[in-house]
Amino acid sequence: MKIAVLSGKGGTGKTLVSVNLASAAKAATYIDCDVEEPNGHLFFKPENIKEEEITIKIPSVNEQLCMGCRTCTYFCRFNALAYINDKLKIFDDVCHCCGGCVLLCSVEALSEKDKVIGKVQKGTRDNVTVNTGILNYGVESGVPIIKKLLNEHKPEGKNLTFIDCPPGSACIVMESIKDADYCILVAEPTLFGVHNLNMVYELVKLFDMPHGVVLNKCLDGENPAEKFCLEKGINILDRIPFDHELGTLNSNARIAVKENKKYQTLFSSLLQKVTKEVQQYETVTNP
Amino acid sequence: MKIVIPVDEQNLETSVCQSFGRTPYYLIYDTETKESAFIDNSATASQGGAGIKAAQTVVDNKVSALLTIRCGENAAAVLKAADIKIYKTRDASAMDNINAFIEGELSLLEEIHPGFHNKGSK
Repeated sequence: MKIAVLSGKGGTGKTLVSVNLASAAKAATYIDCDVEEPNGHLFFKPENIKEEEITIKIPSVNEQLCMGCRTCTYFCRFNALAYINDKLKIFDDVCHCCGGCVLLCSVEALSEKDKVIGKVQKGTRDNVTVNTGILNYGVESGVPIIKKLLNEHKPEGKNLTFIDCPPGSACIVMESIKDADYCILVAEPTLFGVHNLNMVYELVKLFDMPHGVVLNKCLDGENPAEKFCLEKGINILDRIPFDHELGTLNSNARIAVKENKKYQTLFSSLLQKVTKEVQQYETVTNP
Repeated sequence: MKIVIPVDEQNLETSVCQSFGRTPYYLIYDTETKESAFIDNSATASQGGAGIKAAQTVVDNKVSALLTIRCGENAAAVLKAADIKIYKTRDASAMDNINAFIEGELSLLEEIHPGFHNKGSK
């Protein structure tokens, strides 16, 4: 069972929710797909880490063979190639490694070379396997790292997997959620929070994925995110209070469910609800 | 010599565009013949690498200098490879800037910014 945790912006509580759900489970895998700023490992402090570099294929030119036809420069949607003073210039950082320019080169002046864009770290701590994607600074897209993290992950039996997604709703998030069984949307109780919730809500609807919302940082009084859920008929899974103690634990990279019984209760209850949701959905789709 | 300026409108009194890579038009001016021409910028709606594509257009028009408010690092790399000098414009019309350039009053653009890649679109 793979559960993705996402939100329209950073700082809403994706890591709080996914780290604590993984800790509350008997056995779980936590996958940090927020490759631009992975921080789940700070909470788990995994041991026996195995590290692997991730490379992509980028074009390399043989100037002796290039005729200057510019087919590659016209083709590239990201304008990663330019032809100046009878020489092809390639902007490695702009390249999205689609390989199209190499395919189209009729004189085989372009070939592919490896470029390291980041790494994947795999470790364990107690009941949790912690897999982290780390993207190098300045690299255009973390999608290849996320592909590596998720393609290689083969969950065993009833083992739960929690995917801590990058913020937003761009392609990097689509890659993170596309094979998930369920999406948890984390939302803040502000108008800005509603805007961001709507972004990810639109995304999970587009992907036709079962989903529910966790309202984080709840205060007394009106909650615009709650209002939004009620209007749209979105299932509210749980409400996490705006809680000084929880905030302090979290900002000190402590796993709340391990520190206080009340958080253990809170996240175990959320875990149960989510598991039930997924099972219900599976019964509906595969009766 | 031919010089190029990113401009907001197709006339000589137009303001200089804030963006080199995503400007709607380029004004190309020949300082010897005093001829001017406006060309569309095909990079305006690029998903990415607008500065590179725009710089390619500038290079293909065989200009010797670019007058601009600012310029990103990828565009600057293309222009540098083609030996095109980059000058900083003043807060004045395109024609005023051309005259200032001819009088030698514009200085070279020193600050090349790292680009605004994907900002706001995530």
